[in-house]
Amino acid sequence: MEPFTRLTGIAVPLIEDNINTDRIAPIQLARKLEPDYRALLFLRDRQDAAGGFVLDRPQFAQPAILVAGENFGCGSSREAAVWAMLANGIRCIVARSFADIYRENSLQNGLLPVTLPEADARAFEARVVASDGATPFTVDLEARTLAAADGWSIGFDIPEADRTRLLKGLDDIGFTLTYAADIAAWEQRTQRAAPWYQSARDVRR
Amino acid sequence: MHRSLFEKIWETHLVARRADGRELVYIDRHVIHDLHGPHAFAKLEQAGRALRRPDLTFSVQDHTVATRPGRDDTTNPEGAPFIRAMRAGSGRLGIRLFDIDDPEQGISHVVAPELGMVLPGATHAVPDSHAATVGGVGALSFGCGTTELEHILATQVLATTRPKAMRLRIEGRLGPEVTAKDVALHVLALIGVSGARGHVVEYAGAAVRALSVEARMTLCNLNVEMGGRSGLIAPDDAVFEWLHGRPFAPQGADWEAALASWRELSSDDEARFDRDILIDVSDLEPQVSWGTDPSQVSGVSGRVPDPAAAAPAERAALGRALDYMGLAPGTPLAGLAVDRVFIGSCTNGRLSDLEAAAKVLRGRRVADGVIAMVSPGSTLVKRAAEAAGLDHVFRDAGFLWAESACSMCAGGNGDRGLPGERCVSTTNRNFEGRQGPGVRTHLVSPAMAAAAAVTGTIADVRRVLAGGH
Repeated sequence: MEPFTRLTGIAVPLIEDNINTDRIAPIQLARKLEPDYRALLFLRDRQDAAGGFVLDRPQFAQPAILVAGENFGCGSSREAAVWAMLANGIRCIVARSFADIYRENSLQNGLLPVTLPEADARAFEARVVASDGATPFTVDLEARTLAAADGWSIGFDIPEADRTRLLKGLDDIGFTLTYAADIAAWEQRTQRAAPWYQSARDVRR
Repeated sequence: MHRSLFEKIWETHLVARRADGRELVYIDRHVIHDLHGPHAFAKLEQAGRALRRPDLTFSVQDHTVATRPGRDDTTNPEGAPFIRAMRAGSGRLGIRLFDIDDPEQGISHVVAPELGMVLPGATHAVPDSHAATVGGVGALSFGCGTTELEHILATQVLATTRPKAMRLRIEGRLGPEVTAKDVALHVLALIGVSGARGHVVEYAGAAVRALSVEARMTLCNLNVEMGGRSGLIAPDDAVFEWLHGRPFAPQGADWEAALASWRELSSDDEARFDRDILIDVSDLEPQVSWGTDPSQVSGVSGRVPDPAAAAPAERAALGRALDYMGLAPGTPLAGLAVDRVFIGSCTNGRLSDLEAAAKVLRGRRVADGVIAMVSPGSTLVKRAAEAAGLDHVFRDAGFLWAESACSMCAGGNGDRGLPGERCVSTTNRNFEGRQGPGVRTHLVSPAMAAAAAVTGTIADVRRVLAGGH
């Protein structure tokens, strides 16, 4: 996973609540094992708006940060809704809140999910809307700040474990495998105490 | 220390606390499907990692599989690469696959409990957001993404943060033709699509106790629509009887020992919940969704809401939903003309769901101009329904009797409606485009779907059964 330290680029305002993963990645429109994830992002919105969708406006042609409302990424667990962001260069989403699975999928892929307290969120959203793609914003994960080009900045909170993982681009599976002995010990204990959980045998075979 | 049921299962499965604070939770059963399995297999193999427990891992073909009788890999051409990659990957890794022609093929959330793979007090994971369906038998189940799926394949644990505990006490007694689906839709209307975010929800109360095991799965199935990380119901004798003798369930002395431990599976009386909600459903009527998220729901006697009367922050989204749905504020829901009806899915594709629909369809015909289809939740459900003659009831009424798959719930197998069509559906999501571009989905129970099919409109099934329509 690519480490995330600092990102400077255009912030795209899409300030709506409950943007679901069917909207973010409408895989029904591109049912392939390896679809064009860049084209997939908000594909139905883009088709419906015929060029008028925010990501199709020229000033947002090189997006880096997406700014959204409450409960971003609700619905289906499809990780394509994260991969489609990365394929477009979006490596940070600032939202009022995230759906649990989407937030986890983001962390797994080096996409930084940022949530802000209400007042800060409102101030940040207002600046992103006012900028309208004309000036860049900077996310600094080491310093935990969001900053505008004119020097305005605010801090944000993120659990330390999530921050470390993103900063270092940690391989989560490799990390867990260092606990292989604990996993094996748990299996042995359970095999003695409740063997039906450690066996899924088809009695007909 | 008084603990909730979820905390007890969690702590029993806690392997270690990782140095970064994440908890490693052992996953007893892992069921993978064709939509996300191929990517995870490829990633696992590219990283040179082994599958830790092929014996606790199962594969199904459900999302991209066609439902047309006589189907094969290419009946849905878009599905063929997924189906074949799933078959090849499962073969390489030594995972038992319930392939498209297997007599036990079906939707993962239906197949896993009906074969007894999922047990009370067990943990379970599926790379699908509706994983909590099996909470109906008292299992703690998590929906995950593709990378987490790969993590479980390699380690058999989920590395995650501990959810909060929430209890939803549902009291009262449901009226005739009012079902678990109606309860879930009503709860969604009350607490919204993020009302359970970050929480594992325990469904409790007299109305939940009175539900059949299959209906409990319907209730837990919709847990993710309110944002919950998981949902479950304390298992009781009804669950134990339902599971007994299923092929992957423990047998003999193991069954007796398991049963003794399962009887302990409930929240302590003094358990604390981060959220505790009490509702009474005695007066609940059948529910219908009118919008484009599953919390936009009303009783069938209700009317389309007026965005002008909504909170300013919600007005734009509400307007957009009504625009998509082609609905004018103030329109009564009952009487809206319907083009298509779908019965099936992991939400409402079990035998009791088909029976509830068949009760309405006996002696009635699908209204002219309505296309109606049923896809049983599994091939075993389909066989059982055929043994009971339900296929004749559906066919005689004018329904298409299809094979089992996710079908019109996810639109990933070629089954979809046409732009502008109004589709009454027993599925779980009414998102824009979910059942095909421009399709307007109304979520209902199976009996309500059957009532819509025979009247050609959204209709109160109680009135249809009373002959009043």
